[in-house]
Amino acid sequence: MEILVCARRVPDTSENEISLNAAGNDIERDELVYSVNEADNYAVEEALQIRDRVGGNVTVATIGGEDDEEILRRELAMGANQAVLISDDAFSGSDGKGVATILKDFVRKGRYDLILTGVQADDGAAQVGGMLAAMLDYPFASLVNSIALEDGKLKVSREIEGGNREINEIDLPCVLSIQTGINEPRYVGMRGIRQVASAPIPTLGASDLGVDQGAVGEAAARVKRVDYFVPALSKGAEMLDGSREENADKVLELVAAKGGLK
Amino acid sequence: MTRIFAYIVHRGGIVDDSAAELFAAARKIDASGLPTAIVTGCGADLDAACNSLTSSFREIWKVSHEALTYPNAELVRQALVNILPANSILLVSHDHFGIDLSPGLSIKLGSSFVSDVLAIDGLEGDSLKLGRQEFGGQVSTHVHCDISSGAVINVRPGAFKPEQSAPITGLVVDKSSTVGALTARRRYLETIVAEAGDVDITKHTVLVSIGRGIQEKENVSLAEELAEALGAAVSCSRPVVDAKWMEKSRQVGSSGKTVKPKVYLACGISGAFQHLAGVKGNPFLIAINKNPKAPIFQVADVGIVDDVLEFLPELTNKVREMRGVAAK
Amino acid sequence: MVVAAVRRLVFKPARYAVPAKYGKSHTPDAVFLLGLIAILMVADSMFSASNATRHLQQNQPVETLAVFSLPWMLKAAIGAMPLATLWALNVGAYLVHELTFYFLLCYRPFGIQFHVETSLFSVYFAKLERGTLKPVRWGVPDESLDQVKSFGVKTFEDFTWKHMLDFYSCADCGRCADNCPANAVGRPLSPRFITIKARDYAFQHYPVLGKAHNHKPLIGNIYSEDEIWSCTTCGACEEECPLLVEYIDKIVDLRRGMIDDGNVPQSLQKPLKALESRGNPYGKMEKKRGDWAKAIPPGSQPTNAVKLLDGKSGADTLYFVDSITSYDDRMQAIGRATARILECLGKNFGILGATEKDSGHEVRRFGEEMLFMALRDHNTEVIKAAGVQRIVTADPHAYNALKHDYKDVPPVEHIVQVVAREVRDGNVRFNPVEDKDRVYAYHDPCYLGRHNQVYDDPRDVLDSIPGLTRVEMQRSRDRSFCCGGGGLMLFYEPKEDQRMGMLRVRMAAEAGANVIVTACPFCMVNIEDAIKVAGMEGKMSVMDLTELVDRHLVREGTEKTEKLEAATCGG
Ligand SMILES: Cc1cc2nc3c(=O)[nH]c(=O)nc-3n(C[C@H](O)[C@H](O)[C@H](O)COP(=O)(O)OP(=O)(O)OC[C@H]3O[C@@H](n4cnc5c(N)ncnc54)[C@H](O)[C@@H]3O)c2cc1C
Ligand code: SF4
Ligand code: SF4
Repeated sequence: MEILVCARRVPDTSENEISLNAAGNDIERDELVYSVNEADNYAVEEALQIRDRVGGNVTVATIGGEDDEEILRRELAMGANQAVLISDDAFSGSDGKGVATILKDFVRKGRYDLILTGVQADDGAAQVGGMLAAMLDYPFASLVNSIALEDGKLKVSREIEGGNREINEIDLPCVLSIQTGINEPRYVGMRGIRQVASAPIPTLGASDLGVDQGAVGEAAARVKRVDYFVPALSKGAEMLDGSREENADKVLELVAAKGGLK
Repeated sequence: MTRIFAYIVHRGGIVDDSAAELFAAARKIDASGLPTAIVTGCGADLDAACNSLTSSFREIWKVSHEALTYPNAELVRQALVNILPANSILLVSHDHFGIDLSPGLSIKLGSSFVSDVLAIDGLEGDSLKLGRQEFGGQVSTHVHCDISSGAVINVRPGAFKPEQSAPITGLVVDKSSTVGALTARRRYLETIVAEAGDVDITKHTVLVSIGRGIQEKENVSLAEELAEALGAAVSCSRPVVDAKWMEKSRQVGSSGKTVKPKVYLACGISGAFQHLAGVKGNPFLIAINKNPKAPIFQVADVGIVDDVLEFLPELTNKVREMRGVAAK
Repeated sequence: MVVAAVRRLVFKPARYAVPAKYGKSHTPDAVFLLGLIAILMVADSMFSASNATRHLQQNQPVETLAVFSLPWMLKAAIGAMPLATLWALNVGAYLVHELTFYFLLCYRPFGIQFHVETSLFSVYFAKLERGTLKPVRWGVPDESLDQVKSFGVKTFEDFTWKHMLDFYSCADCGRCADNCPANAVGRPLSPRFITIKARDYAFQHYPVLGKAHNHKPLIGNIYSEDEIWSCTTCGACEEECPLLVEYIDKIVDLRRGMIDDGNVPQSLQKPLKALESRGNPYGKMEKKRGDWAKAIPPGSQPTNAVKLLDGKSGADTLYFVDSITSYDDRMQAIGRATARILECLGKNFGILGATEKDSGHEVRRFGEEMLFMALRDHNTEVIKAAGVQRIVTADPHAYNALKHDYKDVPPVEHIVQVVAREVRDGNVRFNPVEDKDRVYAYHDPCYLGRHNQVYDDPRDVLDSIPGLTRVEMQRSRDRSFCCGGGGLMLFYEPKEDQRMGMLRVRMAAEAGANVIVTACPFCMVNIEDAIKVAGMEGKMSVMDLTELVDRHLVREGTEKTEKLEAATCGG
């Protein structure tokens, strides 16, 4: 089976305290540490496990710049057969649809039976997998938390409300977005990364892929992030000193304001 | 004005809570108009769902088809592509179904897509101004979305307060004839119900976390009731696991799970480093502890000095009150 | 002989038992071997006795037989036998003895007593320096490690010859397991069975007849992952083993193999990744590493501004803080106490702050050698750039790393050694103990005690505080009982029946103590937690020796120290 995994490099939320830069138009990126997006790493592990069961190849691709090569090396060290960096100035500022368009052209260059993405990036929107599938006209399933191969089809389970699982049968080729926890990603040590330090990683640009430059990049984006901000909230514990009832009201209000009511 | 639709999810004829929230969100886009509900399904369940919406929506589009008995996103997408008028705005709840449906739908409709929207600041020409969060809620962003060729907007559950409005009498319009042919390359087989205790605390946006301050196994239910009312999960500190009051899988901390919720209610937790090491992503931390000097108050956003055994039931009542559910 | 048989068959010390999970019992083999030896002895005695009797009857010079020895008794029994019978007995005994002897000689390598022969070599080749670890591959320098195809031990054949020799040399006495804290709390590890299982494997997979079927992965076949992660590298097993069988090196080698295969529990992957990207296992920002010296939590005493060493500071002493003391808000108190002690002793010292990274001590012992090397190289460079003559630390793990795992860094001392020396030299005095009703017991941290033999300094310091009552726990000094382990052990909990720390707290209570004093931040976390788990708050507390010293130091001008930093928890 030929498997493609689309992975991204993101600031790791478990190792960073995200704050705004002085200008307030971006997050402070100077002291951030980056890593492969958590869900994408599960997707790579899943791809490797499928390959090890049924044979084939795992290709990992990322759209980005030179810095993003780092995660491709990590995935190579994990055991991916090849890695591709998709990079072009024309791509910068793309919205989700732009990104999916680039990936669609990349996929059409090759031949993949199965395409995996992570469910969502820490700074993302859980959208690229579904868009890519629609552009390719492949079937799609999101939030996948187990995959079994049964005579040319996949039996996948999706995570739905209350921890329940929805079981679907899906034809190949297809696109699946992988939920964290589907497997236990293997550890990649320093040594593994050093061993692939000089593995070739081809870089493909817009013209290599035949990307319609009018459909990607900032100009084509119909969804634009205009700024970053931190909602004004007091720093340090604000002690509530009302009556028990008042405090409960206040807590409820705060939970709701933080988007915590489901 | 572009026409606004809300895709309403129902289970066995019972409409999801998000219906009222999508209604409220639609009103933020266009305060003068009323959104149209779209409901898909089949048979009596579908009718029941449509009828229960008539008191809030002016118009309800009923889409009936055998194949839509179970909401398979691929089939729902095909139906919506055939039914929706060009350039309309569709609001969908950003849950496991919305995540499955909307991105692909927006491509097939040729419209824009924004996911997980928390705030809507209104429409300016063709530009819809929206609020989102990134990095697990650590920073917020404003997003402008071009709706000239329509848009699919996924709305975060719970982010919009349902409006209190006078009941109206809505009309159910049967759109089933426009569904067209539906063919699935993804077929729903079955749903496997999670066993009690199968809770993955890493996936929850709100955690009611209990520590030794809960004092006895019997009191764990106080936290469970609150969590149920909030739609949250219960997690805990290590001593609670040691005492066998909860499963190891619920333990937050360096030797337990790393969680990244948006809201973390620390109830009777002192705030040891090993515990806090598992609380990542800078959630909004509310601490309830009877000791005003507990270290947890140094890191919490909001602190309450109180007895958790008294405070938790109070809070549970408030949540139920708000949700209009009579306290059990 | 009889004693051994009785011990094997009648008394059966508990440690001889082989739990089903570890394989079959060795008693049949033991009895068989004892039987062979018994035959040898009887045959030999019969040979001498019949010889002597024969000579006696033939009036030839008679060998004197020791009175009450077996031959002497036999001689008495057969004294009246005819000469021919004696001849037959004599030749028969000779043959039986010879046959048995050669059989035994051939059988010995397969029996449990082979250790007597092999141990000669394994003891001769045993490693002498404590606190060290074997390199990934003997004879391969760090720079060439990239060329090594596979790291660590994955199959039996990957063990070094010395470690294989260990397997044969083990006397199966069980002393290691008796002293192993992991074994004591019901973790799935018993050092003795690391050996026995490997030895059984070798016998099975390298039969005398037939083909060797080998190269099966050890993990998953004879060892479990949890078993190998259960070891705290406390060294109790090695300390007790009469035959100097090594365990830590083997366990670390097995871990290296697992790391190399990517086979690492998720809860350990997080801190390892954070160590790689941020230089500490918690994923905290580097720039906050030195904040403990600035931040003064409510109720605690300020330190004077602690210098940041940048090569121009003029300081000659580096205080190497390490990760847990830098970031854990409870342990930061140890950092501040250490800084105040150094100040009071008039040392010109500083810290590295944001440029310090984890010492990598536990990283190495968890088998991530390359990550350790990166941390070591980084620290070595910044330490050199700081231009100091000596290093002081309050963390025994950092101490052991800087002392044994690092090269080319200035000499390192644990703060306890520094204080003890100043006490001996009469440079410091202590105020009378604050609370006379308290009874103190010193807990030896594994990496200060067993691995580095610093036993007396901390006790001397304690004893020089006037009026302080100190008791010894039964298991102290080289027999100290591990608190639960430091570093990455905080991130991984193998299945266990109880916490090591809890056993330790009970031992302190049994000794009559109500304060446990230790000299390691990890011991402190573990014991503090164990006091809670054991429900002994109020009855037992724990403090670091630096905190105790800091509170009692007589500072110039102030005969009585102000109430310093109240411990935030635990007591
Ligand atoms: C190796 C190791 C690993 C560890 N890993 C973890 C880990 O992964 N996760 C973890 O959580 N801990 C871990 N710990 C333990 C950690 O150090 C703390 O001991 C633990 O987190 C404390 O839990 P707690 O806050 O529930 O209990 P306590 O510290 O005992 O705090 C209880 C709190 O409840 C308050 N309280 C009591 N009664 C009430 C009441 N009626 N109403 C309101 N407040 C009340 C008290 O004032 C107190 O602040 C680890 C420890 C070690 C040694
Ligand atoms: S080093 Fe300590 S924990 Fe490890 S096997 Fe030996 S005694 Fe047990
Ligand atoms: S203490 Fe030494 S000789 Fe005794 S069982 Fe353990 S390893 Fe074998």
